[in-house]
Amino acid sequence: MNILASDAIGNDLPEGQILPIANDAELADLVASGALAGVQRVELHFPKFTDGRAYTQAVLLRRRYKFAGDIRATGDVLIDQLVHMQRSGFSSAVLVPGVDASAAQRQFDRFAGFYQGDVLEPRPLFARLAQADAVLELA
Amino acid sequence: MYQYTAFDQAFVRQRAEQFRDQIERWQRGELSEEQLLPLRLQNGWYIQRYAPMARIAVPYGEVSSSQLRMLARIAREYDRPDPELLAHAQATQDALQAAQPGLALKAPPLRYGYGHFTTRTNCQFNWIPLVKAPEVMALLASVHMHGIQTSGNDIRNITCDAWEGIAEDGIVDCRPFAEITRQWSSLHPEFSYLPRKFKIAFNGAEEDRAAIGWYDIGLQALKDDAGAVGFRVLVGGGMGRTPLIGAVVREFLPWDQLLNYIEAIVRVYNSYGRRDNKWKARIKILVKSEGQGFIDAVEKEYQAIVQQDGAPHTITTAEFERVARHFVVPPLAPANRPSQVDPQGQLYQRWLRQNVRGHKLAGMKTVTLSFKRVGFNPGDADGDTLQALAQLAEDFSAGEARLTHEQNLLLPWVFASDLPALYEAARKLGLAQPNIGLLTDMISCPGGDFCSLANARSLHIAAALTERYQDLDEVFDLGPIDIHMSGCINSCGHHHSGHIGILGVDKDGKEWYQITLGGADGSRLSGPAIGGKVVGPSFSAAEVPDVIEALLDTFRALRQPGELFIDALRRVGHDPFKQAANGARHPKPEALLI
Repeated sequence: MNILASDAIGNDLPEGQILPIANDAELADLVASGALAGVQRVELHFPKFTDGRAYTQAVLLRRRYKFAGDIRATGDVLIDQLVHMQRSGFSSAVLVPGVDASAAQRQFDRFAGFYQGDVLEPRPLFARLAQADAVLELA
Repeated sequence: MYQYTAFDQAFVRQRAEQFRDQIERWQRGELSEEQLLPLRLQNGWYIQRYAPMARIAVPYGEVSSSQLRMLARIAREYDRPDPELLAHAQATQDALQAAQPGLALKAPPLRYGYGHFTTRTNCQFNWIPLVKAPEVMALLASVHMHGIQTSGNDIRNITCDAWEGIAEDGIVDCRPFAEITRQWSSLHPEFSYLPRKFKIAFNGAEEDRAAIGWYDIGLQALKDDAGAVGFRVLVGGGMGRTPLIGAVVREFLPWDQLLNYIEAIVRVYNSYGRRDNKWKARIKILVKSEGQGFIDAVEKEYQAIVQQDGAPHTITTAEFERVARHFVVPPLAPANRPSQVDPQGQLYQRWLRQNVRGHKLAGMKTVTLSFKRVGFNPGDADGDTLQALAQLAEDFSAGEARLTHEQNLLLPWVFASDLPALYEAARKLGLAQPNIGLLTDMISCPGGDFCSLANARSLHIAAALTERYQDLDEVFDLGPIDIHMSGCINSCGHHHSGHIGILGVDKDGKEWYQITLGGADGSRLSGPAIGGKVVGPSFSAAEVPDVIEALLDTFRALRQPGELFIDALRRVGHDPFKQAANGARHPKPEALLI
């Protein structure tokens, strides 16, 4: 995941290829209307870091609508939610000004694994272990 | 009991380290209070009236002797305020008392050095300083305990019937499902910032002893005609400002679809639950306002999970069996201790009648230790008691105990032949009061003595009632009565589901109490889940015991032979009781001047 300081984002994409989506938007309608066509980056919004709607939006965009471009977290983006964001399908995040990004990396290194599947690894732990066992048995 | 794998152990340890890092960053000013808030809530740390409150998860209530020993150590070594803090707190409470002459009741002093069993089968401490939190969480992690998601807008501790796997009327042991769901919900990346808290309860027996109608998701285990296991799914129950009973959204969900379906429900909630008003943010509000539209949305999302996502969280037979293997009968051996108890003695007979229940296994019993006694707050266990409990569980119950949602402790593996010796040992600890299910087996939240959310104190009401009703003849004559009290509308004391409910309200900066009648938790005795009805304008604390007395007098006057309080109330209606309650008001102070 690309973690960006708010003052370090340039204009790397033409406007037409960026789609900001409000966190109360109806994704199904948006997708059906063709709004995702040609979009390279979707920007999802955290009005407050405690408003978790964008996590579901990211999950659905990746899993249901197979969006393969950049999903960027904007708004009240802090360090301690970055791992949840990555696991939900975000590929970039713009930190609020003043947040020190140096604490970010160790968040990603903290947990050896998680119980439930996510966007990166859809299989829950028990399915991953079962498949690993099956592979060992074949070896 | 579930035994942690290496992965499980590493997970709670890593979580404890993450929390330590977050506290240290906060101490260095790298995290603001506001930014720390959900992080510490999701590890179980509230800021309360005078000190932090630590809520330690006891998943579906199951606790081992080694865990009880650690809880004892936490109580003894960490649950202690600085003398200045305690003095300040006590002085403030005394001032509150003094500001309400004639209205208040004698208040027990603030206590420390104990754990409190909650209605959600967690264990709370009220005095551990936040700077000690990382140390405490590391100690707890060493015995496979944590505070993960015991607070915050996430999926909370999952509860079951305290008799799962041992009940005579058991259909399916729900503990494996509760454990699988607990793991699935832990640090769920999509569902950690829900509109509000989310609570799931399982019930695996014919009788609903888990109050599933009062939960965001309630799951009743059952078997279809072919013997296949599944769940009746209820959604949208809850207490608080808008008490509602869950609606059935699925009559039969196959067991292996449990996580997929819960995912659908929580996703719809995360997307559409209200975030504009804290009092309207639970899923029950969404269910009520959208009705069939809600059910349709859940079913649509569930179908998408199955058909488009490939249903990755379908529970495999292998995983079910891996987890279920932990919930078998443990190695059992009778304690065979000698005892001096006269088996025909009245106290012992009463204890057998109220605190001891049958068991699935022949020759075994379940014993509820009563944490409702004079001189103690409901559900409180001091360090010495916790330590002794660990030994008691080891000696008499294969090292296992279960917290109940009525704030007591159940011993699940007791030999019938050990009952006299267990009774003696429990008596020595003050835990053999034969009052389970009776009037003095009250549920009470900690209330305004500790909780900054509270409008009023609850503990002095509980103390006054416990002291007034010490005569066991009277208590037995009155029979089973559920009194539930909450210090505020957050309803941690489950007042809505009490036959008699007591709710603290704030009026003019003073403490007042609303009394409700006729609530039910869904158990066989109480009937289908329903919220109680208010009897009239609120009462002062001083009036509450007299009001309760008036209600009980009315019951005694109107009841048919052998009739229970809740049944008499329903038969004659609330009016005679309301009249009696309102008639028990004290004369206003001005009236006394005439």
